[in-house]
Amino acid sequence: MNVLVPGALRSYTGAGEVQAEGATLDQLFTDLDRRYPGLRFRVVDEQGLLRANMRLFVNGLGVRDLQHALQPDDFVAVVLALSGG
Amino acid sequence: MSRTPASAKAASAKAASPSARKSAAQHQVALVATRKGAWVFHSDSKRKTWTASNPHFLGHTISHVVLDPRDGRTLLAAAKTGHLGPTIFRSTNLGKTWKEAKQPPAFAKPTNELPARSVDHTFWLTPGHASETGTWYAGTSPQGLFRSEDGGVSWTPLPSVNDSAQFRGWMGTVQDGTPDGPKLHSLIVDPRDARHLYFGMSGGGVHESRDAGQSWSTLIQGMEVVGGFDAKDVSFHDPHCVRLCPTNPDRLYQQNHCGIYRMDRTGDAAADVWQRIGRKMPKRVGDIGFPMVVHPQDADTAWVFPMDGTDVWPRTSPDGRPAAYVTHNAGKTWQRQDQGLPQSQAWWTVKRQAMTVDTQANPALYLGTTSGELWIGRDGGERWSNIARHLPEIYAVEVATVE
Repeated sequence: MNVLVPGALRSYTGAGEVQAEGATLDQLFTDLDRRYPGLRFRVVDEQGLLRANMRLFVNGLGVRDLQHALQPDDFVAVVLALSGG
Repeated sequence: MSRTPASAKAASAKAASPSARKSAAQHQVALVATRKGAWVFHSDSKRKTWTASNPHFLGHTISHVVLDPRDGRTLLAAAKTGHLGPTIFRSTNLGKTWKEAKQPPAFAKPTNELPARSVDHTFWLTPGHASETGTWYAGTSPQGLFRSEDGGVSWTPLPSVNDSAQFRGWMGTVQDGTPDGPKLHSLIVDPRDARHLYFGMSGGGVHESRDAGQSWSTLIQGMEVVGGFDAKDVSFHDPHCVRLCPTNPDRLYQQNHCGIYRMDRTGDAAADVWQRIGRKMPKRVGDIGFPMVVHPQDADTAWVFPMDGTDVWPRTSPDGRPAAYVTHNAGKTWQRQDQGLPQSQAWWTVKRQAMTVDTQANPALYLGTTSGELWIGRDGGERWSNIARHLPEIYAVEVATVE
């Protein structure tokens, strides 16, 4: 499936949109980490929780549960929430 | 994965005459970690002029950048961003290129009834013993202790601290710690014994291990706590910075939330008591602050940089007049050092990692302010001058000699 990658993670992917696989969001990030080592831990913490200032959208719908099921043709957007300043 | 945020643009890189090449060969580097990136400042051989690198990791929150004294080339940087989780970057060429750690510090999944925790940021980095090439220690927020044995590429948690119910009780909650998260800091390796370790926790006391971190004992005798609380309760103790004297490893100095202390280890636990040497500081200045700096060759000499600790704890230079204070007799007397520093209306804050000293025969001090100024105190702090202004909020300053 297509995954939209925010600017802060493009040092890992080299591209703003990449392909990855997974039956859940959790598996998707495991696959992304296999393809782009180190990416997962920047987004998902060691207890399996989405980090505080990251947001995920599946086909435009906001999701925080990493066990959310995915379909092969879903579109997942990884988005930076407001932070910094 | 390799990323190169920016390469250092050092003055020493210029083609030069033989004498200039010699002067460039050995010089000081100041490693400045800030809330918005890191900078490397290279000196000339006399520490007179300093040249800044371009920013490394611009926009990343960098808590600490440390050079490995065992090879003089490897740098580790503790990083996170407003969005991305914490990691460690590693350079083996003094910052020309960086690679991310494969396994940054991360807490284990809970194996007992204790609440699960996630590392917010790595706060403190300490190279291991000279005999243990590749060993590093890291302290995190919330408080955790980690070790790497491969030069910082992969990190493993120390369960004797991280998963101990007793330590968890002493650590308290996030609300009990410093404003941007409770810290495990002041990781010290005894230069005589790789297995002898110290660390401090804000809050949670001072601790030591003599078996490379398998077991720990507390070192809080003599340390005071905020009025009305029980000094026997480890959780009430807030050491801000602990340093060991390199020429007398049985001597420790400490800047605490409640004063400045010295401990001379006796070999008898009952007699190992912190002495509040800050009582000899001027009353109008007090003995509260964050950094503690020890002389590289003289165990009787140490420096502090006092902060206003009255009423709501402003933590700014008392009376708006920044100054270091030095003792040359292990804390019996203190002298003010403010020549060259602003004489009024300078409400500086200097954090615990943001003041240090080089190891030259006539050492210079270095400090960074939260208002983004970098200063050098020549002749052991007797003559201060500015190196840089307009940096982001400075978290840490380390200085090292490099070829």
